[in-house]
Amino acid sequence: MTITRIIVPRLILLFFVVFGVAIITFAISHLIPGDPARLIAGDRASAETLENVRRDLGLDRPVTDQFVIYVRSLLHGDLGTSLRTRRPVAADIATFLPATLELGILSLVLAVLIGVPLGVFSAIYKDGPIDQIARTISVCGISMPVFWFGMVVILLFYAKLQILPGSGRLAMAFAVPQRVTGFFLIDTLLEGRFDAFLSAVRHLILPTFVLAFANLGVITRQIRASMLDVLQEDYIRTARASGLRRRVVIFNHALRNALIPSITLLGLALGDLLYGAVLTETIFAWPGMGTYVVTSIQTLDFPAIMGFTVVASIGYVLINLVIDLAYMLADPQIREVG
Amino acid sequence: MTAHSVQRPHALSIENLSLEFPTYAGAIKALDGVTIKVGNAEIVGLVGESGCGKSVSTMAATRLLPEGRYKITQGSIRLFGRDPMAMDEEELQQVRGKLVSTIFQEPMNALNPTIRIGQQLVSVIRRHEALGRKAAEAVAVNILADMLIPEPARIMQAYPFELSGGMRQRVLIAMAFSCNPGLIIADEPTTALDVTVQAAILRLIQGRARRTGTSVVFISHNIAVVSQICDRLYIMYAGRIVESGPTRAVLDRPQHPYTRALLRCLPERVRPKEPLESIPGTVPNLLDPPPGCFYRPRCPEADTRCMEKPHETALPGGQAVSCWQRAGHPSLPSSEVPS
Amino acid sequence: MVAINPEDQTAAGRVSKRSRLHFLWYLTRRSPLTLVGLLIITLLVIMIVGAPFIAPYDPNKVMLSARLMPPSAAHWFGTDEVGRDLFSRVVYGSRASCGAAFMIVLISMSIGVFLGCLSGIAGGIFDSAMMRIMDVVLALPALVLAMALAAALGPSLFNSMLAVAIVRIPAYVRLARGQTLSLRERVFVKASRTFGASNLYILRWHMLPNALSPLIVQATLDLGGIVLIAAALSFIGLGAQPPTAEWGALVSSGRSFILDQWWYGTFPGLAILVTAMGCNLLGDGIRDMLDPRLGTR
Repeated sequence: MTITRIIVPRLILLFFVVFGVAIITFAISHLIPGDPARLIAGDRASAETLENVRRDLGLDRPVTDQFVIYVRSLLHGDLGTSLRTRRPVAADIATFLPATLELGILSLVLAVLIGVPLGVFSAIYKDGPIDQIARTISVCGISMPVFWFGMVVILLFYAKLQILPGSGRLAMAFAVPQRVTGFFLIDTLLEGRFDAFLSAVRHLILPTFVLAFANLGVITRQIRASMLDVLQEDYIRTARASGLRRRVVIFNHALRNALIPSITLLGLALGDLLYGAVLTETIFAWPGMGTYVVTSIQTLDFPAIMGFTVVASIGYVLINLVIDLAYMLADPQIREVG
Repeated sequence: MTAHSVQRPHALSIENLSLEFPTYAGAIKALDGVTIKVGNAEIVGLVGESGCGKSVSTMAATRLLPEGRYKITQGSIRLFGRDPMAMDEEELQQVRGKLVSTIFQEPMNALNPTIRIGQQLVSVIRRHEALGRKAAEAVAVNILADMLIPEPARIMQAYPFELSGGMRQRVLIAMAFSCNPGLIIADEPTTALDVTVQAAILRLIQGRARRTGTSVVFISHNIAVVSQICDRLYIMYAGRIVESGPTRAVLDRPQHPYTRALLRCLPERVRPKEPLESIPGTVPNLLDPPPGCFYRPRCPEADTRCMEKPHETALPGGQAVSCWQRAGHPSLPSSEVPS
Repeated sequence: MVAINPEDQTAAGRVSKRSRLHFLWYLTRRSPLTLVGLLIITLLVIMIVGAPFIAPYDPNKVMLSARLMPPSAAHWFGTDEVGRDLFSRVVYGSRASCGAAFMIVLISMSIGVFLGCLSGIAGGIFDSAMMRIMDVVLALPALVLAMALAAALGPSLFNSMLAVAIVRIPAYVRLARGQTLSLRERVFVKASRTFGASNLYILRWHMLPNALSPLIVQATLDLGGIVLIAAALSFIGLGAQPPTAEWGALVSSGRSFILDQWWYGTFPGLAILVTAMGCNLLGDGIRDMLDPRLGTR
C-alpha cells in the first residue's frame, strides 16, 4: 500500500515533465527566426524543393498537427536529422554520450569524495580556521567560471609544466579502442592495452579535476549547511550527553541524518554538472555531448540542439526520480509506515 | 543528607558560579554567583521561569554548552569531586552517560529518527560497559521493562516515530539509567507530556533513583511538579539563586517574594472562583541587568535597600534566602500563602 | 536552552542601534569572509559607476602599434590583438557583465515575486495550477534550456539575458509563495486583519518588509551564479558579441591566444571569479546574520 503511494504521484509528474519538455522544445523550434525549410534546403534551393521540404517536415499543416507529429516521432526515438553531420541526432548522441558519462561520473565521484568530508569538518569546526579554509574552497568552486578555470589549468599543466595533456581522450599514437562500453578506461583494458589505458587516464585528469572543482563547492556548501542543522538537533545532544565517542556522534548520528536531505538537493545540482560538463568539454576538446551541442549552437544546427535538450532533460528528470525514490527508501518513517 | 555528604564529595557541587555568553550586542550574563549542592542519593529540584539559567548551570557542569561560546567569569564546578572544566574530550565522554546522564525535554527529537531504539540503547551501554552485543541487548530489554514499557523486545526493533511521546520519554529515561550513573540531570523531562503521563514518569524517575541510590537534579518551571519528588529545592531568578531549602520548608514558609508569587500562581493552590494570580512585569534583560536585586522591578515589597545586591541569609532548618526584607528578620514569619 | 531573547540573536537587528563602525568591527572579528565579500562588491560598484574615470584608455580604441603587449606600467593587463587596453576593457566590461546579471535578477525576481504572491494570496485552483507548472519547469535542467532558448532567439546579449531570466523565474515564484503563505498565518498579520486592515495595507506593511530579507539573500546569491551563466553564454558565443567589452566574450577571444599571451584571457576571467565570489560571500554572510537559528555569533 505504501510504496505505490509514493511512486504514482512521481510518475504522474514525470509524465507532465516529459510532456512539458516536448512543448518547450517544440515552442523553441518555432521561435527560430526565419524559415526552417530554408535552413534545411539551403539558400540556393528552388521554390519547388522548398515546398517539398516543407511538406516532408509537415510545416504546411496546422501547428497542433505538427506538435502531434513531433511527439509521435519523439516517442519513436526519432530526434530528427542533424543539419551538420547529416546523421540522425539520436545516433550522434549515442556516439558522444559515453565520453560525457565517463567524465561526468568520475568528476562527481571525486567531488563527493572530497566535498562530503570537507563539508562535515567545516560544520564541526564552525568559524574556526578549518571552516574558513573549507568555506573559501567552497566559495571558489561555486564562483569559478569553469571555462576560464579549464583554460588556466591547460596553460599551467600543459603549456608551462608540460606534464599532462590538455585536449582529447587519448594520445594520437593510440588507436581508439573497439567500442564495448564507450568508456575508454574500460575498453582499453578489455583490449589489454595498458599503455593506452594510461594515456586515457592522463587525458582524464585535468578535465575531471576542473569539472569536479565546481561541484565540490556545491557539495561542500550543502553538506556543511545540513550538518549545521543536524548538529543542533536534540538527538545529537542526547548522544553527546550519553558519552558516545565524537566520531560515532558525528558519523553515525549526524552525517546519516544530514545526508538524507542533501541527496535530493544534490540530484538537482546534477543540472549544474551537466552544464559544467558542456563548458569543460568545450575547453578540453573532449568529444562528448557538450562539445557536440556547442558546435551545433555555433553552426545553428537546431535539430541537434533540440535533440540534446530533450535527451538531457529527460535523463535529468529520470535520475532525479531514482534519487527521490532512494531518498524515500532511506527514511525509515516512510519505508516502514508509508 | 547534608551530614552524609561530609565524608564523600557531593554528586554535584556548583560554587559561586558566574557565566556569560558573549554576543555581538554584548555579554549576556546567564549565571551570577550560583551555588548548587547535590548530595549523594539526594533528589534536588531547580525551579524558575524559562531562561533563568536552570539548564545553563547543569549543562555547564556536563560541558554540554557550545564550546567557545560561553565564558566562566568566576566560581567552580565539581562532579563527584572532579572538575569537568579540566577534563579532556575523552574523560568527558567517560563521565557523560556513565557518571552523569541527562534526560532532556522534548521527547520528539531527543532520539535519533533514523536509528532503531535498541541500537541507540545498546551503543550507549556498550560505550560504558565491557559487554558483548547480546549481553548489552539483555541489559537494554531489562531496563526498558523496568521503565514499565510493554513488550520491550519489540520496542527494541522500533524507530522513535513509532512510539508515543510518553513511551519515547520512558526510553530516554531508560537510556539515562542504563549505565547506573551516580547523578541524573532531568531537564524538564515531563513538560511536553500529558498531565496523566507526567505523574507516572515522575514516579519512575523517583523510584529507580531511590532504589539505586542515584542523585537527581530535577529541572522544571513548575514548582508543583518538582515538590512531588524532591528533597530540596533551589529557586532561580534571572541567573541567581533567590531561595533554597528543604522542599517542605520552602513550600510551607516561602521567604523570597518571588517564591511566594510562584506559589500563588499555582492553580492547585487557589480555591475555585478566586482569581488566579500572575506576576506583573517581565524578567530583566540579562544583557544589561539593573543594579541591585533583579526582582526589584516586579517586587511588591521593594524599597531603597533593594538597589543593592542582596546577600544570602541562612535561616534555621536549612533554608536560605537572598532578600533584604528577610536579612534583618532571623525569626521566621509564618506562612502568608493560602494553602 | 539558553537565556537569550530572539531579538538579541539577530545581529542585523541591532545594527541600527549601534554604530556602523562597531558593525564593521564585528564583521571582521566573527566573519572575515563576509567583510571580504562586502569589500569586493563595494569596489565593483565603484568600478561600474566610475568606469570612465578609472579606465586609462578608451576601451574600443585600436592601437595597431601596441598589439598583444604583455602587462606593463602603461597597460596593467596588457593589450589585445588590435592593441586595445585590456584593463580598460575589463573595467568597462563590468558594466555589460554585471549590468546583464543585475537585469536578469531584476526581471526574474519581479515576475517571480508577482506570480508567487498572487499564487499565495489567491490560493485554490490558480495556486495549484501555478505550482504544478513550476514543478514541471523546476524539474528541468534550467541552464540547458536557457542555452537552447538563447540559441533559438539568436545570439545577442539581450536574448541570452531574456533566456536566463525566464528559467530563473520559478525559483522566485516558490520563494515568494512560501513567504506569503507563512506570513499569512503569522499572528501579527492575523491580528492586523482583526483590526480591519486592508489587504493592500497588510501586503505593504507586513508582508513586504518581512519577505524582503530572504528575497535579498536569494537575489545576492543568485547574482553570483548569474554573472557566471551570462559570461558562460557569451563564452560559447550566445551572449555579448564582439567588439562589446564583456568578460565572457573577452575570455572567449583570449582563448585563442592563451598559450602565448596568457594575460589576454586570464584577467577578464579573474574579474568574473572575483565578482561571483563577492556576491556569494556577501549573500552567505547576510543569510547567516539573518538566521536566528545559527545562534549568537
